[in-house]
Amino acid sequence: MQERLWRETSFGITAKLWQINWLFVILLCVLAAVGYGALYSVGGGSAEPYANRHALRFAFGLVLMLSVALIDIRVIARFSWPLYAVGVVLLLLVARYGHVGKGAQRWLEIAGLQLQPSELMKIFLVLALASWFHRASYERIRSILFLLPPTIAVALPVFLILKEPNLGTAIVTALLGGIMFFAAGVRIWKFVVIALALVAAAPIAYHHLHEYQRQRIMTFLHPETDPLGAGYNILQSKIALGSGGMWGKGFLHGTQAQLNFLPEKQTDFIFTTIAEEFGFVGGVSLIGLLVLVVFGTLVMALRCRHQYGRLVAIGIGTNFFLYGFVNLAMVMGAIPVGGVPLPLISHGGSAMLTAMFGFGVLLSVHVHRDVEFPSPHEPI
Amino acid sequence: MKRDTKRVSVFTRRALVLSGVQLATFGALAAKLYQLQVIDSDRYKLAAESNRISARLIAPPRGRIVDRFGIAIAANHMNWHALLIAEQTDDVAATLDNFSRLVPLAEHERARIEREVRRHRRFIPVTVREFLSWEEMARIEVNAPDLPGIVVDAGTTRLYPFGPTLAHVVGYVAPPNENDVADDPTLALPGMRVGRAGLEKAEDRSLRGRAGVVQLEVNAIGRVIRELERQDGVPGAEIGLTIDAGLQQAVVERLGDESASAVVLDAQNGEVLAMATSPSFDPSLFNSGVSQAQWIEWTKNRLTPLINKAVAGVYPPGSTFKMVVALSALEAGVLSPTDRIFCPGYLDLGNMRFHCWRKGGHGSLDLRGAIKNSCDVFFYETARRAGIDRIAAMAERFGLGVKLGIELPEQRRGLVPNRAWRIAHGYRWNMGDTVVHGIGQGFLQITPLQLATMVARIASGRAVQPHLVRTVNGVLQPGSSASDWPELALHPHWLEAVRAGMWAVVNEPGGTAPLARINFNGVELAGKTGSTQIRRVARELREHGNFNSARLPWEFRPHALFVAFAPFEAPRYALSVVVEHGNAGAEAAAPIARDIMLEVLRRNPAERQNAPQPRLAEESHA
Repeated sequence: MQERLWRETSFGITAKLWQINWLFVILLCVLAAVGYGALYSVGGGSAEPYANRHALRFAFGLVLMLSVALIDIRVIARFSWPLYAVGVVLLLLVARYGHVGKGAQRWLEIAGLQLQPSELMKIFLVLALASWFHRASYERIRSILFLLPPTIAVALPVFLILKEPNLGTAIVTALLGGIMFFAAGVRIWKFVVIALALVAAAPIAYHHLHEYQRQRIMTFLHPETDPLGAGYNILQSKIALGSGGMWGKGFLHGTQAQLNFLPEKQTDFIFTTIAEEFGFVGGVSLIGLLVLVVFGTLVMALRCRHQYGRLVAIGIGTNFFLYGFVNLAMVMGAIPVGGVPLPLISHGGSAMLTAMFGFGVLLSVHVHRDVEFPSPHEPI
Repeated sequence: MKRDTKRVSVFTRRALVLSGVQLATFGALAAKLYQLQVIDSDRYKLAAESNRISARLIAPPRGRIVDRFGIAIAANHMNWHALLIAEQTDDVAATLDNFSRLVPLAEHERARIEREVRRHRRFIPVTVREFLSWEEMARIEVNAPDLPGIVVDAGTTRLYPFGPTLAHVVGYVAPPNENDVADDPTLALPGMRVGRAGLEKAEDRSLRGRAGVVQLEVNAIGRVIRELERQDGVPGAEIGLTIDAGLQQAVVERLGDESASAVVLDAQNGEVLAMATSPSFDPSLFNSGVSQAQWIEWTKNRLTPLINKAVAGVYPPGSTFKMVVALSALEAGVLSPTDRIFCPGYLDLGNMRFHCWRKGGHGSLDLRGAIKNSCDVFFYETARRAGIDRIAAMAERFGLGVKLGIELPEQRRGLVPNRAWRIAHGYRWNMGDTVVHGIGQGFLQITPLQLATMVARIASGRAVQPHLVRTVNGVLQPGSSASDWPELALHPHWLEAVRAGMWAVVNEPGGTAPLARINFNGVELAGKTGSTQIRRVARELREHGNFNSARLPWEFRPHALFVAFAPFEAPRYALSVVVEHGNAGAEAAAPIARDIMLEVLRRNPAERQNAPQPRLAEESHA
């Protein structure tokens, strides 16, 4: 085991391109193509106004992803904390200057581009935590003192996102942080303690929720009580899904989406259109694609030979998983509606670019899976 | 390296656990999807069909406003309007193009429609055009296949049978703006109106009602096939006013072309029986939006037809204020009803000389005589003894310079100054100021409604508040009985002394308002004149001698005021009349007040419980 498996020096661009996980890239292209088809359908059988812009954004995202993939992972590692700081600054900016939409400040407009800093923050948080735990030996991770800084690193953005207010993203961010701790090897009993504490605190937290958040929870519990108000989305989505049946109504024949009963059909509820037109078979196939993506990140994580890369890969994969899970559960009416898009499929520029940036980092991990990192006991 | 191996194995184990959990989660989602799409599919297929049953909100009818005898003052009138439901058409622009070939749409109308379509959810109908004629409506219906998304609907517009007669009291409605809709989404429905002035504004919430829902069966492109179920909303409340519409009409006619206002109150309970302002305007014009030219005409008119002068016009009260001055001195113990003060025609205060309106003076007078003759010197001296702060406090108890209970949002507070107010503005209060305020001049700013309230309180001895709403949905509101109002804590003798003076003003030889005298089956009225100089001009001209304000240009003439109550023996009705630039209260305002009071006594609205005579009903629709 002592022989030097690490490659000492960086290698050339051509070599790097060879090392890119092209199978994974093709998988992403398939997802984007599914999105194109669905957007073509909700556009009323037309590439305008959604599908073509989606394709353009994906092309741009692809270039961004491949460019990031070629950056040496050690460089990215060195910039983990600075990027984290940038994320926090963006969150502070959104609190100060952000666009107010539906009662919450979430968007920041930079050079004509709408940016949702909380999305970017999740990727930066993964990088920062990976960088921290990279230094953690199996023994060292027992120390509560050692766990204190990363805990704060999770709590700070969660608090800022909560203030926007965006409860859903705050919970997802906290969950993502927790999973990073888990993957890093933090002892199981600590999670048990935290989980018990959260269960105890839930009633108090409910008390501090905003009116619209409570209403969402109530609507989720009883969507039928308010069929024209807040329950409208869930109910219409469930009707669209259910009427799709096993085989679906056929491409471009989903009456619910086509007849505009379904709101936000091109963004958060895109899955509904797919599952209405292609039925349970289509819906499960799409879920299968999502599973493949998550599986791909797992393979890349296991093949990586440094802890930083492993943690980054598992973090990015988990982030993608959480997106997919929250979105699907939401449109099926299994959790309260929370404005989360389906990555690579929903119409929306900011989410697409954020996702592609994350996959870029993931591919960089894969390309540089064998590079030598400094020893765990030194800072990166 | 051994430690690192341990770390790798922990990571591998946990990554696999994590992936397992994630896989299981996706599996659960697939199971949920299976349940939705395969097991429960039939149920949702049915629901998808019933999505063709579209629910539509229906606008509640706006509540009527009626007078105290049930005569409609604001009602709803049927009309036809065209709506656009965006979700039922593939191409809003094409539909509108086709529509404007049948019924021409102006550029700004089209812009408004497109803006509203963007703003609302696509199943909310947007008004394309209101007040369609029968031919237009028929043309649209015949061409319905070319107009997907267009629906012709019967709606209502606000109708004001009395028009200008009650415009200032009732106010008017107008289409809601974006802020209104943000507050109450019901207002996004076509045909909804928001009160913009008067009672329509003050009682908007209760007049508006709540929207109902109608379930409609629509075909695949959304055209309505039939109505399945209707859940009526709550119609707006019917508001019954204290106003006697017939009396109101008589009062308006009596005011004629003057720039004037008159208020008639039930002195015992504060009910406003009539509140007239002239000139007036037609409130129906606001229904569909007022033209620019009309608006300019109204706002440029120096007779201010849009302003409800009865509650928003402020004037110095002049001599009508003298009763309050007297009462403040009586309460302070610095004057008794029998005290006599000598009037030589002027009062010297330091190096200032304050003149009585009668050059030679009135000689020795008691309170009754002073009110009868409206002697200025008597009240200069009375004010000097009482001091401004006592006068101001007493004025407030009589409703002057304070917000009253009246429902109208336009009401102004006016101004009754005191020492603190003057100091707060950076000046000193001088004795000369007090003296001037003793005859109702100076900084005093009072509305005609406040004057009427003052007289009602003098007449009844109760702190009544003027109010307009008598019933809501037929239920009598509190305040309609005299016992609802507390008594003024004033000695009855003092009020009697003041009332006796007001009686003498009208009914005794030598009183200042002989023109106001009536004898209606033995009933007499008591009153008080007031003429308020436009001070600057008055002072300049007085020095030239031979001063006659009637020769001044209109806008420099004094305002003419008269306040009265009747019957003198058992006061029931109180009124105030203000004629802007009417010159002298005794000449311009007193005869109007007399005629109005005669009409009031003839109709006796406070006592009459039965429905109005048919003659009145006919009048109301004239």
